[in-house]
Amino acid sequence: MSDLAHALPGPSPQIILKQVVKNFGATRVIDHLDLSIPAGQKVALIGPSGSGKSTVLRLIKGLEAYQHGSIEVAGAPVPAKSGGWHWPGAKKPPVVHRVGMVFQQFNLFPHLTVQENVTEAPLQVLRLSREEALERAHQYLGLVGLSHKADAYPAQLSGGQQQRVAIARALAMRPQVMLFDEVTSALDPELVGEVLAVIRAIAHEQQMTMLLVTHEMKFAQDIADRVLFMEAGRIVADGSPTEVLVDPDNERTRRFLNLVEQR
Amino acid sequence: MLFDASTLDTARFIARQLANGALVTLEITFFAQVVVVVMSFVIALMRLSPWRALRWIATVYVEILRGISALVLLFYLFFILPLFGITLAPMTTGILGLGLTFSAYGSEIVRSALSNVARGQRDAIKALDFDAITAFRRIILPQALPFMLPPMGNQLVELLKTTSLVSLITLSDLTFSGGQLITTLGQQTLIWSIVLVCYFVMAWPLSWLVKRYERRVTHWRRGVAP
Amino acid sequence: MNFDYAFAWSIVPDLFQGLLVTLQVVILGFLLAVLLGLLLAIAQRSKNALVQRLSYGYLSFFRHTPLMVQLYVLFFALPLAGLTLPAISTGVIGLGLYYAAYIAEAFRGAIEGVPAGQWEAARALDFDNATTWRRIVLPQALKPMLPVLGNYLIGMFKETPLLAVITIPELFQAAKQIAGMTYRYNEPYTVMALMFLAISVPTSLLFKYFERRSHV
Repeated sequence: MSDLAHALPGPSPQIILKQVVKNFGATRVIDHLDLSIPAGQKVALIGPSGSGKSTVLRLIKGLEAYQHGSIEVAGAPVPAKSGGWHWPGAKKPPVVHRVGMVFQQFNLFPHLTVQENVTEAPLQVLRLSREEALERAHQYLGLVGLSHKADAYPAQLSGGQQQRVAIARALAMRPQVMLFDEVTSALDPELVGEVLAVIRAIAHEQQMTMLLVTHEMKFAQDIADRVLFMEAGRIVADGSPTEVLVDPDNERTRRFLNLVEQR
Repeated sequence: MLFDASTLDTARFIARQLANGALVTLEITFFAQVVVVVMSFVIALMRLSPWRALRWIATVYVEILRGISALVLLFYLFFILPLFGITLAPMTTGILGLGLTFSAYGSEIVRSALSNVARGQRDAIKALDFDAITAFRRIILPQALPFMLPPMGNQLVELLKTTSLVSLITLSDLTFSGGQLITTLGQQTLIWSIVLVCYFVMAWPLSWLVKRYERRVTHWRRGVAP
Repeated sequence: MNFDYAFAWSIVPDLFQGLLVTLQVVILGFLLAVLLGLLLAIAQRSKNALVQRLSYGYLSFFRHTPLMVQLYVLFFALPLAGLTLPAISTGVIGLGLYYAAYIAEAFRGAIEGVPAGQWEAARALDFDNATTWRRIVLPQALKPMLPVLGNYLIGMFKETPLLAVITIPELFQAAKQIAGMTYRYNEPYTVMALMFLAISVPTSLLFKYFERRSHV
């Protein structure tokens, strides 16, 4: 997978959020958030539901508009009025193609085969040749262990398999940053392992910057260089996995971790 | 009349007249359906567009055409437009009147199918940086079509039936031919009953096809709740 | 050709008479359609194969033929059967028979929407058939039916111009007569179209409003 190493770790942080505010109607979901993540870092976001973890990822990818502050990815701004459609040929926000995202609900294209799901964006968005796109599909479906399912339709796969296809689909765009939004939450417990194994392999092999929203504390501890604990749209704890997860000095973090362990 | 020596001739005469009328009916149905499909997409896309003015125009179009009936629109086009110096051939009037009326309903079918699919796939489309047109062409439309086709097919059956209205603006469709036969032969109940059966024979296979298509769920939706 | 407002205003009373006839036919026809539609829907669930077949045949036939031709047949066939009715009654029957087929289909869907467990629960409590329908199934099926029925009511109203073909003096016929007598088409048809819009658009908005409220 050395061809992914072109995601050069720059001298400056790769993701910068400054004083970002995001409201849904009257509700403030992100409250003057500051965050900076250097290239190549693996960051786990944890926290109670509704704390704004997923929104942070969606803001970085430009899926949501925000009301205040600024977001920068790989040196290019993510405009505050994101979220709409863009027209072909229109000046795209320069962060596109550099950020890949995987969702809780997989969001595969149900009318396309597994292989077509992976090749569609490289063909249509990156305008790669068919051979290049197929080669990428081959490479990344191999990486997630699903080469044998290339001709299946999403509805014929298990949830875990669908999620692995979604990961391959995102990787096929060769992003510098990968966002994982609670990718195991919609899965049956026995299928969680296979998806985590794939993400773990990517984390170890690739130089990519990774942000993961997860409820799997053990997993976060394993792969993350850094853990953020969020509550009510703010980051309330930020440190190494040991600092935040093993020996939290923050009372709220402790209470949350106790709750999670009890589940 | 049916039992004299010329019974066979009469039957042949009736059959020929009605067959000619049925052809006109099918012709009008076909061209009106072309108008329906085109306008349904235009209006649906206008209603989904980000520009308020377009949305507003489309909404007014739909509400007005749904508020008046096809017959009223046909008469309006047939009698009033000439007063403004626009004279359309009866055939054109029939096709436009029916096509526009049904496009108001058709646009709702197209719109709801498109927006349902777009809502479910919005995140995935944006996450892979598809532009709007590529997303529409490659992701949204192929998924929305199977949802549109059955209601569009049922609408086509309604359109076929409704073409009988054009007989009132002097087009010699199936119904008009029935009326003409009656002026020469009498026998109102018999002739009108035959006309009814003719419509049934044309419309029923259409809705049978629609039902069959509906049952044969496309392969990619297998295992997904309808 | 200009639009003569004074003339348009002068024909409003005549057209209004036509509108009253229209409303009368629509309301009576609607009642007939709902009753007959309900019977047809219940017949579709009958254990008697013949009753089921007949109901199915009725639905297919009426749904696959034009209302206008059905009206012609009724208009000429009823007297042959010894029934000489005023044209208005023929119109009510025609609209009722036609829309019953559509309303039956909607009823069928709504009845199928009542969970099977409800039938089983009713049987477990030893309800008889009629009581099960009346107290358990229909009340649950009827609620989602209301907006559908509303749409059919509006649909019927808009279909009434057809009644002119069997000489019923409804709104459309009134407009046609005025146009025929005065050789002015613009005003009668425009006022008529406005009258249709004035009734059908607010009614449709009202039903949409009810529908939205019942979803909340």
